[in-house]
Amino acid sequence: MSSPVLFLLGASHHTTPLELREKLALTAERLPAFHAAATALPGLRELAVLNTCNRVEFYGVADSPEIVRQLRETFCALQGFPADAYAAICHETTGLAAIKHLLSVASGLDSQMLGETEILGQVKDAYANAQTRRSAGPVLNRVFQKTFQHAKYVRSHTAINEGHISVANVAVDLALKIFGDLASTRILLLGAGEIGEKTAKAFQSRGAGSLTVASRTLGRAMELATTLNATALPWEHVASHLANYSIVVGSTAAPDVVVTLADTAAAMKTRRADPLFFIDLALPRDIDPAVAKLENVFLYNLDDLAKIAEENRAARAAAVVHAHALIVERANALWKQIEPQAGGA
Amino acid sequence: MLPLTDRTWLWFAAACYLAGFALGTIAVIRERKLSRAVMYAIISAGFVLQTLGLYVRGLEVKGCPLGNTFELFQFLAWSAIALYLVIGATFRLSLLGYFTSVLATALTVVSLAFPSWDPPTRASIFGGNAWIEFHAALALFSYGVFALLTLTSLMYVLQVFSLKRQHLHGLFSFLPSIRELDQISLRLLAAGVILLTASLGVGAVYWLDDIGAVNASKLAVTVAVWAAYAVVLVLRLRSVLVGQRLAGWLLALFVIVLLTLPLVSGADYAR
Repeated sequence: MSSPVLFLLGASHHTTPLELREKLALTAERLPAFHAAATALPGLRELAVLNTCNRVEFYGVADSPEIVRQLRETFCALQGFPADAYAAICHETTGLAAIKHLLSVASGLDSQMLGETEILGQVKDAYANAQTRRSAGPVLNRVFQKTFQHAKYVRSHTAINEGHISVANVAVDLALKIFGDLASTRILLLGAGEIGEKTAKAFQSRGAGSLTVASRTLGRAMELATTLNATALPWEHVASHLANYSIVVGSTAAPDVVVTLADTAAAMKTRRADPLFFIDLALPRDIDPAVAKLENVFLYNLDDLAKIAEENRAARAAAVVHAHALIVERANALWKQIEPQAGGA
Repeated sequence: MLPLTDRTWLWFAAACYLAGFALGTIAVIRERKLSRAVMYAIISAGFVLQTLGLYVRGLEVKGCPLGNTFELFQFLAWSAIALYLVIGATFRLSLLGYFTSVLATALTVVSLAFPSWDPPTRASIFGGNAWIEFHAALALFSYGVFALLTLTSLMYVLQVFSLKRQHLHGLFSFLPSIRELDQISLRLLAAGVILLTASLGVGAVYWLDDIGAVNASKLAVTVAVWAAYAVVLVLRLRSVLVGQRLAGWLLALFVIVLLTLPLVSGADYAR
């Protein structure tokens, strides 16, 4: 007879497209049924189910690989998912590799959005659920509790979740450096282009105060304004209303400059103490580059934002290497403690 | 065993501020956030030790320890730290603790490093008048406010530089936003002017009784400093002086305050 082994079985966004993940996801109604069926398997000593929109993974301790095979069959049968199709997309591993994987997941290294923090809460929920159902034993208790500690350490000692890598989010980060809180900001979107719309949405998702859309065609501006829950401004009023806005996003297809130095200088006379942030995403540019020389005026164009996004991407890549090194080191240490209990034959 | 004199406690306090400065510098170089709680705890420890040192000194001189340049620098640092402990807890401005520890380290270490700034013999400078002592303490406390204002102005200049020149990493990545810095600077400027006005008001009552008690240079410097900050406040409130120009003026003014600090100390109130 072989001794118990720590295992991981599951499928994630890496190998499983969304339409398959939908079929694999354990709904709130099915989870108890699966848990009951799985824990009834003789030889399955411990089990925790991590069920998120990006993965369905089972962490457990089993007496033999045969038990893990039975667990897989039980899951496929319950979900009505073909076993051979599941075999093609699932990952299965044991021991140290399983610990490394859980640490990567909890640290956000295995997420679709690198470094996202929500996953740690989901891993905690999975563990809490296992505790409630009394399917977590000495091995999983140790593994999960240490995982939470190590994941926090990895997040706080690396830059994996710092710096955005999309132009829209970089623009929002810059606005935060200027205004601190976006709730009191008023945003003017010039043009109805896709990149401008994405940027406006990014601002809205981070709590921007209000949004106004101005386009050469008022009908188009009103259409986009309706989509974005914003208001529309007639194009000819842009210059005279400039002082009312703290953030101006330029994304028109206009051949010439839309906001001139004179317009901006006039606007700043009425908002001298309040900064004005221009984000020029248009080609050719919408904002006269000379406005950057004015006091309290900040201007970033598409190249500037792309450069920052690229720097953030490079910094994250370096941080990922560092984070992986930390995970390997900590997983090895944890495995030394767990191996006598769940190291297999 | 090390004798626990007032200067010993003040050295311990300086060591705390230095520790805050060192830890902050390491965190900035490594581009890691230093826990605000850790910085707050270190600076609080320094503040307690410095308070103890100034208290012991106060018992020795039987009054508020504001009688020489050493004591003025120490009291100035103490005032700035006291304000940080209030503002830091309320506004949670990132890096303000680090910048405050830099200022406190500079003021305390420099004052301790020059024994000539703290001669053993001294005159009783307040003539036993508690109101004059209050006037002096209030004036120095307003200077502490201006010290903190200088730090927020410096942070403002650095943040503008960072955003205009697109240097967004390292120290710059932790700076508070332009708007936060502008708002806190305005509040500090107003608070400093109000405190200094109150101090001069108290002092003026006794000065009118005995015009010869204060020498002309001291009077001129004090009034000039008050007038300069008051004018800057009015210009800021009218949005005439804003942004980097405002921050530049505030930085320059505080350099002048430090340079003229020895002129406002001394035994001029002695009767």
